[in-house]
Amino acid sequence: MEECLNIASSIEALSALESVTEMYPFFYRPSHLTLHGPWGLSSTEKYYKQTERLWDRWRVSTVNSDYSVCPSYPHAVIVPREVDDEKLVQSARFRQGGRFPVLSYCHHRNGMVIMRSSQPLTGANRKRCKEDELLLQAVIDGSLLGYIIDLRSTQQAQQARMTGGGFESKSCYSHWKRIHRHHERGKVLQESLIKLVEACSDPSHSVDRWLSKLENSKWLSHVHSALSTAGLVVECVERDGHSVLVHGSEGTDSTLLVSSLAQLILDPASRTLTGFLGLLERDWIQAGHPFQQRCAHSAYSHARLKQECPSFLLLLDCVWQVWRQFPLALEFSEALLLRLAQEVYASNYGTFLCNNEQERCAAGVKENTHCLFQSLLSPDIEEQYLNPLYEPTDLAIWPSVHPQSLQLWTGLFLRWTEYAQNMEEAREEVWSIVKEHRERAGPDRTNNTPSTHCDTLTPFENLMDELTIL
Amino acid sequence: MEHIRTPKVENVRMFDKLTPRKCMVGTLYLSSTHTIFVENSEARKETWILHSLMSNVERLPTNPSGSPLIIRCKNFHVYRLLIPQEKDCVDVLASLTRLSHPERYGELFCFSFNPNLDKELREKAWAFIDLKAEFIRMGIPRNLWHATAANHEHRLCDTYPSELYVPKSVSPAVIVGSAKFRSRGRLPVLSYYHRDSSASICRSSQPLSGFSARSSDDEQMLQAIMKSNPVSEFMYVVDTRPKLNAMANRAAGKGYENEDHYTNIKLQFIGIENIHVMRNSQQKLIDVGDLVAPTMSDFLWGLENSGWLKHIKAVLDAGVFIAKAVAEDGVSVLVHCSDGWDRTAQACSVASVLLDSYYRTIKGLMVLIEKDWVSFGHKFSHRYAHLDGDPKEVSPVMDQFLECVWQLMQQFPCAFEFNERFLIQLHTNIYSCQYGNFIGNCQKERRDLKLQERTHSLWPHLWENRAEYTNPLYRNDHSQTQGVLKPLTTAYCFKFWKGMYGRAEKSVTSQSPADCLNAVREESQQLEEELSTHQEVPRETDAGQENCRAEGEDFRGEEEDQEVV
Repeated sequence: MEECLNIASSIEALSALESVTEMYPFFYRPSHLTLHGPWGLSSTEKYYKQTERLWDRWRVSTVNSDYSVCPSYPHAVIVPREVDDEKLVQSARFRQGGRFPVLSYCHHRNGMVIMRSSQPLTGANRKRCKEDELLLQAVIDGSLLGYIIDLRSTQQAQQARMTGGGFESKSCYSHWKRIHRHHERGKVLQESLIKLVEACSDPSHSVDRWLSKLENSKWLSHVHSALSTAGLVVECVERDGHSVLVHGSEGTDSTLLVSSLAQLILDPASRTLTGFLGLLERDWIQAGHPFQQRCAHSAYSHARLKQECPSFLLLLDCVWQVWRQFPLALEFSEALLLRLAQEVYASNYGTFLCNNEQERCAAGVKENTHCLFQSLLSPDIEEQYLNPLYEPTDLAIWPSVHPQSLQLWTGLFLRWTEYAQNMEEAREEVWSIVKEHRERAGPDRTNNTPSTHCDTLTPFENLMDELTIL
Repeated sequence: MEHIRTPKVENVRMFDKLTPRKCMVGTLYLSSTHTIFVENSEARKETWILHSLMSNVERLPTNPSGSPLIIRCKNFHVYRLLIPQEKDCVDVLASLTRLSHPERYGELFCFSFNPNLDKELREKAWAFIDLKAEFIRMGIPRNLWHATAANHEHRLCDTYPSELYVPKSVSPAVIVGSAKFRSRGRLPVLSYYHRDSSASICRSSQPLSGFSARSSDDEQMLQAIMKSNPVSEFMYVVDTRPKLNAMANRAAGKGYENEDHYTNIKLQFIGIENIHVMRNSQQKLIDVGDLVAPTMSDFLWGLENSGWLKHIKAVLDAGVFIAKAVAEDGVSVLVHCSDGWDRTAQACSVASVLLDSYYRTIKGLMVLIEKDWVSFGHKFSHRYAHLDGDPKEVSPVMDQFLECVWQLMQQFPCAFEFNERFLIQLHTNIYSCQYGNFIGNCQKERRDLKLQERTHSLWPHLWENRAEYTNPLYRNDHSQTQGVLKPLTTAYCFKFWKGMYGRAEKSVTSQSPADCLNAVREESQQLEEELSTHQEVPRETDAGQENCRAEGEDFRGEEEDQEVV
């Protein structure tokens, strides 16, 4: 008995290490990897270099090179060319946590951009910041309209003024139209996950009870609202041809969720394996999503940690929904999403350590741990994360957000049940058919997979889910 | 034609449910069998709606832009039209209301449908499914079971097939006696024989036991069924009704087997609700699919409130219980409900799908439906409202069976030769009355209607198009394909069947991974054929030429050109 308690307390202590450098990635030294290999896939500078459309009007600013302007931002950010660093510093002072508006994505079709930031600190006195207004004016540059997607309800945004926060008022930002969409965050999201996992773990429920618990967990409602708002952003950018600024309050959770989902829907480059991992790296890791605080204990935590929140898991679920609706459009497979869902909570690699770039630098993560993304892309491993049916399309892939189109992600939430095994066999079968085909087609015809994509992937005319498991 | 007041209306708008702003302008034509909408656009796209498939036509109040008309179909398609003149709309409504509710069998589409087959082909088509051959395929041991002529000319039971399989040991007197003791004469007969365990599934209606009645003939019949399985010492009687319902039936002189009167039986109640509960449940489910812009909670709450998935689980549970008894315990089972043509058909056929991989093939499912449903007197015309009649007789019994198969396909993606489209196609045809297979309520009625001479059979038509209904993941040597399926029936395994009930959501026919895989497969085959013809070309013998013609349709044109040259 005593031994058992000892073991329990040891495990408890070891599973809740305080110091990052004591964590396993710092001791993980597999023989086939060296510490001197390349670290990471993408960065602000790389993205800027690849995106020719940006060169004219945008620049890379290193105003945050010592992380003093915004502790949670990376050392380099993309901002309008005409706004100098001094203005950025002023704008940062006017935004919560210093997270001033920076570019997240530039749409390859029309040059419209998705910006993200935290809330402006207008407070009860309706303070203004001229530099912040100029910065946003420079974003839309002469065009008459931009959209601010505020991820809080109007009422919540109003209330935020009482605690020093606020929103961009019409009078100060005259060319920006504000749209409010309520998103749950933090504790509510965490409790939702706990309820869902609890519902999934009891196979004795009747159908009624199961459906009621599923509904009650609200998890699918959160998936629904994340995808809907991402769809709204896409509509602004792709259909109406306007730039968009996305923010909630802190700009580290739902903001990243919505802006990265919008990119996945819009940008064919982010639907490749490399592109998707690069997107996660830029828009989540470098953008300062506090992984260490958010993904410490997942659903089974006894200590109700204040900062725990499955924002990233929600992202993966939303990506899975998109992937299920467009089974041919993404280069990666469900296996990748499952792997990421695991790695983000417990990993041999340093990729998801710490809360932002500043902390990672201080801990020497790059120097002392291995990079997950690099390892996922190594030739012998990569294949298991590829989608055998991948067929690139240039079009935006608008997911249907009708409730009957969204499903529980059984691959993740029921992965420990018998249910998963047959699915695995089915996936193998798909691979074997495709491989057989490729062999027969020979090397010169490998890319000649039959063209089965619809020509128009307009909203909701999405692919059907005849085989939901592929 | 006498029911059509306005055969043609111009400038009608047809709406897309999802994008109400988007609509097609075109002309509406009413024929005696179809309503046809022809778009004014370049493509002149045509939408044909079979009148016998319409379940309900409704006119909404006229608004400034015209009179809206909503056509709901039995396969859950919904068409929304806007007719400019109110008078036209009233006329169309009156015509369609009459045309979609035929009063006599003769009015049904199958009697006028003519796919240009000559008499010989038509007869051959009707012989496509051979139930005699099916009982042989099951491997019934001739020393234990045989076909009896007791129901010749349907004189014993008018809703049973004329040929019945019973234990060889029972005398004609026992057969007649047992039939007399069963509701509507539906005595216990063989439905499926499981060769691997020698256990069988038999079916019947409820016994007329009341509170105390008994029949030694019926008791002998069950004893004989039990004895036909030499290895087991008892048999199950599965009453698929909730126990309370079964008990209530006793007051009407019916009920269930008294375990004291029958030796060596174990009675098991499963609890599938009756047709009225199911009808209401499905209506609620359809309403959920019809919701405009529902939230996630609305949808899930509606799904729960409909109770539909709970009922699907009950049917599947019944099948699982029977399959387990037969395959694992080697115990024979007699299945019945009240009349033995709804829940009994469901339970027997689901169990058969689980037990026998043949029923998981395209041809096998046809055979199963022909056997357990068509021949054993499932009341198709009543349940699927082929004729204007008692709405209380209507119930989605077959829908539930098809959905059980679909739910199984979700769990065993490689185990079924057919795909979802096949199930949906079957569903539509059960309701649409285009073919004669599902007309009438029993074999006798079909014979009296002379359906085989006056209508066509669906099965060969589906079989010819089987490429469209094939699941690319199916391989007959796959581990999932073999043996008995043991599905999970945990609540979270049951999904909303979007392909069936969410059809209003889909606005265009779109691509699925299955289609993609099929295309990949086809191309592979073509390449292989191409390769083989290339290899054979140098020989240039007549045989070689003959060969590539047979294999590759595509090359025909080329060769003929060469011949001309």
